[in-house]
Amino acid sequence: MPFKIIASQCTGCSACETQCPNLAISERAGVFLIDPEKCTECAGYFDEPQCVAVCPVDNTCVLDAALPRHREPA
Amino acid sequence: MSTSAQNQVSCSGKISETMQVMVKHKGCGTIGGSGKASCGSQAGIANLPIEIWEKVKNHPCYSEEAHHHYARMHVAVAPACNIQCNYCNRKYDCANESRPGIVSEKLTPEQAAKKVLAVASAIPQMSVVGVAGPGDPLANPDKTFRTFELVNKLAPDIKLCLSTNGLALPDHVDTIARLKVDHVTITINMIDPEIGAKIHPWIFYGHKRYTGIEAARILSNRQLQGLEMLTARGVLCKVNSVMIPGINDQHLVEVNKAVKSRGAFLHNVMPLISSPEHGTVFGLRGQRGPTAQEVTALQDSCESEMNMMRHCRQCRADAVGLLGEDRGAEFTMEKIMAMDIKYDEQARKEYQAKVEKARTANLVAKQEALARLASASSEIKVLVAVATKGSGLINQHFGHAKEFQVYELSTSGAKYVGHRAIHSYCQGGHGEDSKLEIAIGAIKDCHAIFVSKIGGCPKAELIKAGIEPVDRYACEFIDGSVTAWFQLYLDKVNEGKINHVERVDAAVRSNALTSAA
Repeated sequence: MPFKIIASQCTGCSACETQCPNLAISERAGVFLIDPEKCTECAGYFDEPQCVAVCPVDNTCVLDAALPRHREPA
Repeated sequence: MSTSAQNQVSCSGKISETMQVMVKHKGCGTIGGSGKASCGSQAGIANLPIEIWEKVKNHPCYSEEAHHHYARMHVAVAPACNIQCNYCNRKYDCANESRPGIVSEKLTPEQAAKKVLAVASAIPQMSVVGVAGPGDPLANPDKTFRTFELVNKLAPDIKLCLSTNGLALPDHVDTIARLKVDHVTITINMIDPEIGAKIHPWIFYGHKRYTGIEAARILSNRQLQGLEMLTARGVLCKVNSVMIPGINDQHLVEVNKAVKSRGAFLHNVMPLISSPEHGTVFGLRGQRGPTAQEVTALQDSCESEMNMMRHCRQCRADAVGLLGEDRGAEFTMEKIMAMDIKYDEQARKEYQAKVEKARTANLVAKQEALARLASASSEIKVLVAVATKGSGLINQHFGHAKEFQVYELSTSGAKYVGHRAIHSYCQGGHGEDSKLEIAIGAIKDCHAIFVSKIGGCPKAELIKAGIEPVDRYACEFIDGSVTAWFQLYLDKVNEGKINHVERVDAAVRSNALTSAA
């Protein structure tokens, strides 16, 4: 399950964009999107997903339950 | 050398002399680590190295006197932030609001540079460009520094400044110095992590989110370290603190000492802005902001330690123009794209030479008024309000003012103590009567109001409220006029023609300290 951004809650602040180690995040009309093909949940880079850690709005970067997880939860 | 350039040289030479007199008079030593300065004595800003004085004298935020004459602009190139503050919410934009973190449009560095040229061409007294968010400039280092590089290249006469929460500051000190950023403002609300945890719920640092006391400890250490590093490199630093009653209001005196000892030049204690409709944590929780009297009392208790800033308007991250008079709406990207921009540094210099001439005349008038007042001896202190559009003049109609400047008059002269916004933002449709009521309520602690013009009805209402409307100094300098009025006032008191009575406190609403413009 890669992460996804809930567009209705996203403030478009762009904080996540520069933190993503996979360059999976991009902007479309002020709202940020995560490319599920590129998202690794930050596995191999950081202990915690960077988009979640830096997002100023809680529960806005969330796991996309519709897609398989990249890694099993610890 | 052209004639105008010669004029300018001789003019600025004269100014520096006058300035020295002025700053000596103002007198509050602020050099870091030098111990408590003797306020009001000869040990004043005059003991600052001249190159530092040169840096502040045309900066509207760093010099109260300059804010009547020079304008600044913020370019909103920094949307991302690396800390969370309970008083901040960047989600909503209201065109009438003046709040840090609010912007109408985010800019790329290239758009920002274009906007700087457009504004500098239209407003020749625009002397400073800052990056102040809407997030944190140093959480967006590429955009911030690219903007500065472009401005340095295209408009080298414009000074640069930035405003940061300080978390990333130690990592960028060298770049800040290299790009000749003249001034940095660091927002420091605490030095005690226990207090910090109540203000900053989390930070994002070293690829991790920290919360609670640990987060506040890291933040505080990084802020103070960054401040020390900058002052060691000769970059002028101001510290902003948000005053939150019941959380850090008492503690800010300690913060003041800590930042002074690390070389901060100026401390700006700002009232918390919190209304439920802003959607901030504090706003939703019902945390109140301080009253005008509480802010002034805290500023006074810190002033024995260092200079306090009292003319801050807590402006938007995309504000343009003189403090208190936002012209941002004239410079949207759409309008800028349609503009024919001719950046003419020489024309700007010539215009600024005129500004300096007016400024010198203002200072001379102030000195003369002071000299006249020197013979009077009285313990009486009164507050007066002034309606002004800038240039240090009483040049605004009572009915057009969005805020009044408040001065405290005593036999030692006129001291600026703050401004009062007089209509609440985001509440259109006020009747004229209620507006007048608000305006009178906001200056109820003043003995007089100085305006360029005033209608019969408000005049009568002011007199009824015990405030003397004064329009005979229209388009004259503030300092000279208010002291001249004060002298006459003292004369009348001494001759027994009037009784001096203390005024009541102003009815200052929670948001009355923040300009609507």
